[in-house]
Amino acid sequence: VDENQSFRFSQWEEDPDVASAVAAIRSLLEFLKRDQSETILGLRENMTKAIQRLEETDSSVAVSSGGELFLRFISLTSLEHPDLSQCKNVMIERGELFLKKISLSRGKVGKLCHTFIKDGAKILTHSSSRVVLKVLENAAADNKRFTVYVTESQPDSAGKLMAQKLHNLNIPVTVVLDAAVGYIMEKVDLVIVGAEGVVESGGVINKIGTYQMAVCSKAHNKPFYVVAESFKFVRLYPLNQQDVPDRFKYKADILKTVKDLNQEHPMIDYTPPSLITLLFTDLGVLTPSAVSDELIKLYL
Amino acid sequence: MGERLTTSTLLVTEEDEKKHEIIRAKGEGKELTKEEKQRLRKEKKQHKKNKKDDRGPPEKEKEKEKASVPAPSKPATQSPAHKAAPVPVNASASESPVAAEKPAKSKAELRAERRARQDSERASKQGKKEGGQQSTSSKPKATPNELQPVVKRLPDHVQVDDPVALKKLAKKLERQQKSGQGCSLNITGVKVPLRSDYGYKVSLFSHLHQYSRKNPPTQQISIPVTVIHPSIVRLGLQYSQGIIAGSNARSVALLHAFKQVIQDYSTPPNEELSRDLVNKLSPYISFLSQCRPLSASMGNAIKYIKKEISNIPSQCKEEEAKRILQECIDSYINEKIILASEAISKYAIEKISDGDVILVYGCSSLVNHILCEAFEKQRKFRVIVVDSRPRLEGREALRRLVKKGIRCTYVLISALSYILPEVSKVFLGAHALLANGYVMSRVGTSQIALVAKAYNVPVLVCCETYKFCERVQTDSFVSNELDDPDDLIVTRNGKTHLENWQTVKSLGLLNLVYDVTPPDFVDLVITDLGMIPCTSVPVVLRVKNVDQ
Repeated sequence: VDENQSFRFSQWEEDPDVASAVAAIRSLLEFLKRDQSETILGLRENMTKAIQRLEETDSSVAVSSGGELFLRFISLTSLEHPDLSQCKNVMIERGELFLKKISLSRGKVGKLCHTFIKDGAKILTHSSSRVVLKVLENAAADNKRFTVYVTESQPDSAGKLMAQKLHNLNIPVTVVLDAAVGYIMEKVDLVIVGAEGVVESGGVINKIGTYQMAVCSKAHNKPFYVVAESFKFVRLYPLNQQDVPDRFKYKADILKTVKDLNQEHPMIDYTPPSLITLLFTDLGVLTPSAVSDELIKLYL
Repeated sequence: MGERLTTSTLLVTEEDEKKHEIIRAKGEGKELTKEEKQRLRKEKKQHKKNKKDDRGPPEKEKEKEKASVPAPSKPATQSPAHKAAPVPVNASASESPVAAEKPAKSKAELRAERRARQDSERASKQGKKEGGQQSTSSKPKATPNELQPVVKRLPDHVQVDDPVALKKLAKKLERQQKSGQGCSLNITGVKVPLRSDYGYKVSLFSHLHQYSRKNPPTQQISIPVTVIHPSIVRLGLQYSQGIIAGSNARSVALLHAFKQVIQDYSTPPNEELSRDLVNKLSPYISFLSQCRPLSASMGNAIKYIKKEISNIPSQCKEEEAKRILQECIDSYINEKIILASEAISKYAIEKISDGDVILVYGCSSLVNHILCEAFEKQRKFRVIVVDSRPRLEGREALRRLVKKGIRCTYVLISALSYILPEVSKVFLGAHALLANGYVMSRVGTSQIALVAKAYNVPVLVCCETYKFCERVQTDSFVSNELDDPDDLIVTRNGKTHLENWQTVKSLGLLNLVYDVTPPDFVDLVITDLGMIPCTSVPVVLRVKNVDQ
């Protein structure tokens, strides 16, 4: 399991453009290949342990959802082939297929969404999302002219990173303060954000500050779009901000070391489905109520 | 008159010409043009209408034939009287005599022949079928034949202000007694009683029944009761007097009564159990719906039983079949009600955190079960029970929760906005979940959901999947239940102000039982399949239908 972790870190170093869930699934696949267990039950147990270790290192929603999807994928296979070695080969084959499919999902989302960006549009986005970057890349390649406002997104200033990437694509970009979202909202035409996780109700979990932006855009009647790949769908159902589990809100190392979590700043927040206009996923363009439909199809 | 004849003959000859054209075109191998095809189709339709008219009122046709000039107004006035049927049928009936005018001359002989044949057939069928059924069976046959949009028939219990519908219902109840006659001994069966409405009904709800509890439906039944099984009579009385209340309790009681019925049932000599038992159950169901309108959960249970009965293989022995049915009913109760409530409690307990203040309304067996389970799992919370007149069901819930040792507060619904700032979650039960995501529950539920939304308090509805129904409703008026208006009368300090409410002409007492909550006010629905948003109810219905 330890070499699995080291493998994962190396993955990330090689290709920072890969989504964390994809990296997690890739390492789980490697783990599967190297696994030595004799029975299917043992295999499942080892996989669950591996996923737990992964979550300990990086406690994001995406890793959790990716792990769960992979596990589900495996359990379905084991039902069809009772023989272990045959089962394992089929699993590895399917795992590779799954991995290939989800690596392409970002491209699919980009293709779907860029048509919603009209010529001359002013777009507001939050923090740094690779999917949003891909969407804007596609729109720019389509010879559309638009300007982008990015929030700084403290405490890690991820917004500045995003601004740099957009600058490299020759898209005019301005960095605004997190507190200036209400001020800038009247100027923009639409808001596009990424997501770390999409929950059963159709709401999203994303970098802290997303909820504020959603409330502001609702007050100004601007469309609020979320772009996310389908492996980010997770079986959570938060009722409000307090209901989101602590293991997602704070970074893994903080969870282990700090005693009183009330003193810590959460890294994510929950945006309820009533504030979201549309979700762009590789399964298509969905309204928030259709997310539950897709989840039922995936999990039931 | 003469002109009329000539125009009709002209038309007839025109028609014939066109027909010859078409036949020629077909013969030549040319494809028929669109108009010709349409004309052919129209002709076929008229043909069918004529045939149907033949079978329906034979005397009317004969009259028309004899009077060589058909008066379109006469059949039109006769047809509404003969068929008290929805409008499309009337329209077609008045249309078809006019259409019949044209080919009447040339096809009279054919029709006479056909009618003679049908008369002989009908005479042979008369021995088996009864007169009453003939008219109703022709009606459903008429509607599919029409290519116009079919008017979907409303259920009887929401058509109380329509005298025609009432007459139909009375006839149907009479008929059920007669069909019982055919199966059992030939004693004059007792009529399934038709309850009469009581008191002045508020005009907005005049299409619903309003019965008085002091007039139980069993007063008109004499002993011994040959048509209705005694356990069903007892059940009906328990429903109408309010002794068994709450949708889970009613469904379970219904299923137990049906188990008893199946146990005491014996197949008559020339009948098959799978078909006869279903027919036997129909008068019971009518009786129960006269006592108190059926709930959605009961409707689904009845559908399930009927399906199971009709799936019994014909070569199965009676004892074996009865055992199978008893097992089916037991497993239904176990799976859909008992195990479902276990599953729902498990999901719901995840949503209850320490320090919560939970608001509940009325007495829902499921919500009480959830709270008791959560308390056993050492969750620290307190409960606020909201109650309302005239049923005051909250007192029962309060009793159950306090017995467990849970800290409770009791308020009436008028104090709702006062206590809501203290509340962290609202748990509501449901009577049924409709296909468009609306929640049908005890009256007052939508008010609680509305005020909770205004205070940003999450509202959770707990409902088993067997209560999901395919109906769609957007308001509480269309389909509801009116309880006894005398329940609203209360005596305070020795004075009963509403005692003589019937004498005041402008006064109406309204005692509604259910109301409908839109899905925007509900944050989460907890079912045995998991936690779903309110808008996903049709998805669950679809998945369930695929399973079955």
